[in-house]
Amino acid sequence: MIHKYELNGYRIVTDTNSGAVHLFEELPYRMLDYLEDKVPAELPEALASALVPEYGAEAVQEAYGELRELQEQGMLFAEDDYAQFAGMMKGSPVKAMCLNIAHDCNLRCEYCFAAKGDFGRGRMLMPLEVGKKAIDFLIERSAGRHNLEVDFFGGEPLMNFEVVKQVVAYARSREKECNKNFRFTITTNGILLTDDKIDFINREMSNVVLSLDGRKEVNDRLRVRVDGTGSYDAIVPRYQKLVAQRGKDRDYYVRGTFTKYNLDFTNDVLHMADLGFDEISIEPVVSDEKLDYSIKEEDLPAVFAEYERLAKVLIQRKKEGRGFHFFHFMIDLNQGPCAIKRLRGCGCGNEYVAVTPEGDIFPCHQFVGDDRWKMGNVLDGTFDLQEKEQFAASNVYGKEDCRHCWAKFYCSGGCNANSWQYEGDILKSHRISCELEKKRLECAIMIQAALAE
Amino acid sequence: MKQIKTLNTVNLKESAVKGGCGECQASCQSACKTSCTVANQKCERNGK
Repeated sequence: MIHKYELNGYRIVTDTNSGAVHLFEELPYRMLDYLEDKVPAELPEALASALVPEYGAEAVQEAYGELRELQEQGMLFAEDDYAQFAGMMKGSPVKAMCLNIAHDCNLRCEYCFAAKGDFGRGRMLMPLEVGKKAIDFLIERSAGRHNLEVDFFGGEPLMNFEVVKQVVAYARSREKECNKNFRFTITTNGILLTDDKIDFINREMSNVVLSLDGRKEVNDRLRVRVDGTGSYDAIVPRYQKLVAQRGKDRDYYVRGTFTKYNLDFTNDVLHMADLGFDEISIEPVVSDEKLDYSIKEEDLPAVFAEYERLAKVLIQRKKEGRGFHFFHFMIDLNQGPCAIKRLRGCGCGNEYVAVTPEGDIFPCHQFVGDDRWKMGNVLDGTFDLQEKEQFAASNVYGKEDCRHCWAKFYCSGGCNANSWQYEGDILKSHRISCELEKKRLECAIMIQAALAE
Repeated sequence: MKQIKTLNTVNLKESAVKGGCGECQASCQSACKTSCTVANQKCERNGK
């Protein structure tokens, strides 16, 4: 399977099953229109009669020879023999956990998927005992996995920061005896960030996600406090302080959401870069199409054009020596993860679970609040292995749409919770998310082409 | 090659045979966790 597209003056061809990415001149690129799934030994008649008059026999033979060579090297029309690995996800250890340390929030962001912080289950903070039991559960269920991830999430995790600190201390106290390495992350809206919290986060958290939507007027339209006032002025200086004090080897992301209200989101990304942040993520809102701020099918052309604009600006800034990382355009064409990782999917409900303040286990944070998906509880030790197997099957070979998609090894199958919520089935694909992901990938690959020049 | 330039030397098939240790970062793809597209992640074994 191949995917070919033209963008920013480049003719790009990706070969799905080998992972090879090529830049084509016009003639071989046009030849692909006459080839289905292989480059036959003999020049196809239709191809020759269409292109020889225009380009000449010699040039056509030469280009065709190059296509044949790539095919022989396994870098064009490579066979798909990965389905044999799809069953490997069964029985996977649990290695990552979203710890919903606070089902409460001090903001009331319009688009919040967590029902403005309480997931529709009532406002509650996680007791320390539940946090400790969750760590025990993760250690016990992780079998031979050495690296374990815990993401402090909410709601707003800084509303229960003492418990965060104590859970970290407890997990660290068990690392050596259990031969585990904990990697902690935290996602915050910044309202309660203080110097001591910044110190702790920068010391203990391998990654921190700082929520900000970009320009003040954009951020303050939807990211509002309980009284309706905006959050921008309070959080930006705190984020700048945290990032300034953070070690260069430690990850962080300033992360925002764009909606129909700011389809010119490149300006928000650049605003964040100009604030001094160089690790930036801005995501399309995922929401019911009936809501005013939703990204709808009709908005896709505008969003695609904006991603292209952002990609071009990013190339320009990189060439000027003032580049920054835009998370969704980051791609490693040479040393990314192995194919097994790529076909595993997100691992939700299988390698990754979420735990609520009550100790309830859900496939991930996005399923929290829908009791149909409850998998067990860390206090009573229950864990539904049948449901776990159901999620293990939710990989790119378990999903019909993904199996035939050129982007499957870049994307890995999308968000199961979005598929459930908007398509009614974890094995289906959320169409708008897929279209956006494919566009981002096209831009990301094009940037690599531009920077390789 | 004159008319085609290949940008990478990756061989995904080889990586399937040798890979799958599972020690790398989980790749949640929900927007609120900033959609960890797998292709932008690192292999835990690289650099060791």
